[in-house]
Amino acid sequence: MSNVGIVIVSHSPLVAEGTADMVRQMVGDEVPLAWCGGNGHGGLGTNVEAIMGAIDKAWSEAGVAILVDLGGAETNSEMAVEMIGEPRSQKIIVCNAPIVEGAVMAATEASGGASLKEVVATAHELSPS
Amino acid sequence: MLQLSNDSSFDTAGGMETGNLRDMAELNLSRLITTAADTIAAHAEELTALDQAIGDGDHGLNMKRGFEAVRSEAEAFSAKPLPEALKAIGTKLVMTVGGASGPLFGTLFMALGKEISAAPDRANLTGAFGKAIEAVAARGKSQVGQKTMLDVLQPVHDALLQGRAPFEIADIADAAAEATVPMKALRGRASFLGDRSIGHMDAGARSTALLVRTVAKTVGESA
Repeated sequence: MSNVGIVIVSHSPLVAEGTADMVRQMVGDEVPLAWCGGNGHGGLGTNVEAIMGAIDKAWSEAGVAILVDLGGAETNSEMAVEMIGEPRSQKIIVCNAPIVEGAVMAATEASGGASLKEVVATAHELSPS
Repeated sequence: MLQLSNDSSFDTAGGMETGNLRDMAELNLSRLITTAADTIAAHAEELTALDQAIGDGDHGLNMKRGFEAVRSEAEAFSAKPLPEALKAIGTKLVMTVGGASGPLFGTLFMALGKEISAAPDRANLTGAFGKAIEAVAARGKSQVGQKTMLDVLQPVHDALLQGRAPFEIADIADAAAEATVPMKALRGRASFLGDRSIGHMDAGARSTALLVRTVAKTVGESA
């Protein structure tokens, strides 16, 4: 698929899956989408390996935008991007946006064929800072 | 791993220009890994209790899981040249510790491995350690004084620079962890608590001090 992919990373698998569900229902299947959540041991948290897997799953040559919830999700996502390494890491951006609204808005933008830069900018507009 | 020889030439400031740390080859990395994993396991409940006070209460368990994973491959890691061993340990920690601690401790070891030479002298070790601290600060978007592991790492770096002996460095690390108690957390989950984070030791600072003491003790004994 040539549209930008969206990855949702939450501490809670329920939040991540629910957010992905909203994206699918509100935006459709035009956007590569993957989610992950939980620490991999049944508890809340995020996990670098799972994030790398989700990026693979949602991979698009147009790039991937990652939506995260709390701090550790951001730290782990940035680590995952670094471990994926160049050249792919150049096309992956961790967004500074609320996870649910950001995912839906970014996916909406992506479904119209927007560039990674445009998709990320749309998500960032939701951020108060 | 980190050769902090207690050779008297290192005991005074300015001793860092001395030559290779001659016991590097004799340092048993496998034993150091085992000792570190033992230490973390022995303190897992304490670390969790610290984290329960102002964090999400999983630090002890997470660190234990990560160091047990490193322990299980101790022989393979210690067969590698030091830089490669440190990078591999860092990657293993990233993948197994979880939470925000995985990337932070993992980055510390990975960056150290990137900068250190196969047979480091104190100048190389100190320089590499400084770069590793910068990498941790960038990863956590944090800096010294925000009630994090950086508040232990930085004084340890300063002590290395001053040519302090291993046992002194271990004490400095403990004191630095203790000094996070009155600090207000500005990063991580604890920062959500604002002023209520004051009065508790940072769990990451404590685990860092534990690791520093383990390294210092192992190196001190083998030197």
